Amino acid sequence: MENNIAVKVDNVSVMFNLNKEKVDNMKEYFIKLITRKLRFTEFWALQDVSFTIEKGERLGVLGFNGAGKSTLLKTVAGVLKPTKGSVEVDGVIAPLLELGAGFDSNYTGKENIFLYGATMGYSRKYIEERYDEIVEFSELGDFINVPIKNYSSGMRARLGFSIATAVEPEVLILDEVLSVGDAKFKAKSEKKVTSMFKKGVTVLFVSHNTPQVRRLCNKAIILDHGKIIAYGEANEVCDKYDELVKGGKK
Amino acid sequence: MDKNPENWKIVQKSKFLSDFVKYRYLLTEIVRRNIKVQYRDSVLGIFWTLLQPLLTTVVLALVFGGFFGKSADGISNYVIYLLCGRLLYDFFSQSTKRAMKSVRLSAGVIKKVYVPKYMYPLGNVISCFITFLISLIILVGFLVGYSFTDKAVPITPYILLSVVPIAVLFILCVGVGMILSTAAVFFKDAEYLYDVFCMLLFYATPIVYVINNMNMNKYVQLGIKANPLYSIISMFRDCVLNGCMFNLNHLWYSLAFSVICVLIGALMFKKKQDKFILHI
Repeated sequence: MENNIAVKVDNVSVMFNLNKEKVDNMKEYFIKLITRKLRFTEFWALQDVSFTIEKGERLGVLGFNGAGKSTLLKTVAGVLKPTKGSVEVDGVIAPLLELGAGFDSNYTGKENIFLYGATMGYSRKYIEERYDEIVEFSELGDFINVPIKNYSSGMRARLGFSIATAVEPEVLILDEVLSVGDAKFKAKSEKKVTSMFKKGVTVLFVSHNTPQVRRLCNKAIILDHGKIIAYGEANEVCDKYDELVKGGKK
Repeated sequence: MDKNPENWKIVQKSKFLSDFVKYRYLLTEIVRRNIKVQYRDSVLGIFWTLLQPLLTTVVLALVFGGFFGKSADGISNYVIYLLCGRLLYDFFSQSTKRAMKSVRLSAGVIKKVYVPKYMYPLGNVISCFITFLISLIILVGFLVGYSFTDKAVPITPYILLSVVPIAVLFILCVGVGMILSTAAVFFKDAEYLYDVFCMLLFYATPIVYVINNMNMNKYVQLGIKANPLYSIISMFRDCVLNGCMFNLNHLWYSLAFSVICVLIGALMFKKKQDKFILHI
């Protein structure tokens, strides 16, 4: 892998077995195994997807529902192993997929900061150094010592966003997370992400919102039924996507 | 990242180790959370670790020592006998049951973020191990309490060797926990089935009875002796209750059994972990 490339996605295909009924107990499994009714339908969520992102580049991923955007992000994040092909990522990667996924609802906000940080692979010392910054950015104040089962969904998302962005990742995966919280926090979080851009972070950004992609990204791709149908400068690809959306409405 | 494919291979191989080092703080956080959350809303909190074995031992001692007096024949101190078996069995069943559920219960994390997944079964076994070590205080309390009565248990230096069966048991729990956690991802029924199995195991292990006192079919007796928990508990009782050296055959058998379980568990887990996300 060349030195200036941050993410390299090489001929990635992901297949899911869609069985007609979900077989998750032994009785059904054995009955169907014996009667040979264990059939699967193959479904390719991604087919031969290849692209590279250079360091400091910001790639927007556009596509309709079910186009394979989330599957793509999951393979880049290392959560999902591609059926074929390979993904290489150079540097620390911070997934911002669904904030607060690693929270324990019986834990207080403070305890969750450490738990979430640990889930992302950071040491206690590293999290302690950033603790004050996280609490301040989340605007939670005294609520930080309250179990998060008593939090509103906005408070949870704010805490999740604050932890995920307090670290200094080299590759940032954003899955429509910039719509967190109220208008004030939204502006603040966009500002935070833009400031991370200035530090030269590489970004993979998924959105339906073309104005936001134009504003934040310099490159973009369109996914359709698991294939890349357009790749290029963000503005050109966004124009194409807008046309597609209009075409669909006709 | 290196361009050289040779170096790539090395990177891949050492991923297990580097992951463990990188995520070791996650392991401590999982252990800490399990212990904290378990007793968070109870009035007595962590005291339940002591109270629970104490109360169940009283019940078992009443039932099997009192009503069915026969089972206590030839045992110098039946309560200690019972407690030894009970504490070790409890650790085994609790830790394996929790390890089994651990992967499914952390689906939220596993689906979103890359984490070394074996941390979850491992963390659950370790947290149960810590509560088990705390519950050993009850055993010490009974040993001290009985030393003032005519049922005093001889305390010899061999009691220090009790760490050996405890260590073997820990290895066994890790292995079985890995196997079960993998199985439970693909078949939820395994959890219910294992509950029943644990009940069977309770009676198939000489916890409340003495194996030589029972009028048993030769094959049943052989079956019970093949149970690694029997070997481990026997070793522990020799150290604590009888104050003598344990039978080395017990050690080799249970150790070999445990190590094989770990190997099978690790292999199964490694082979199947990429598919977890599709099933949880």
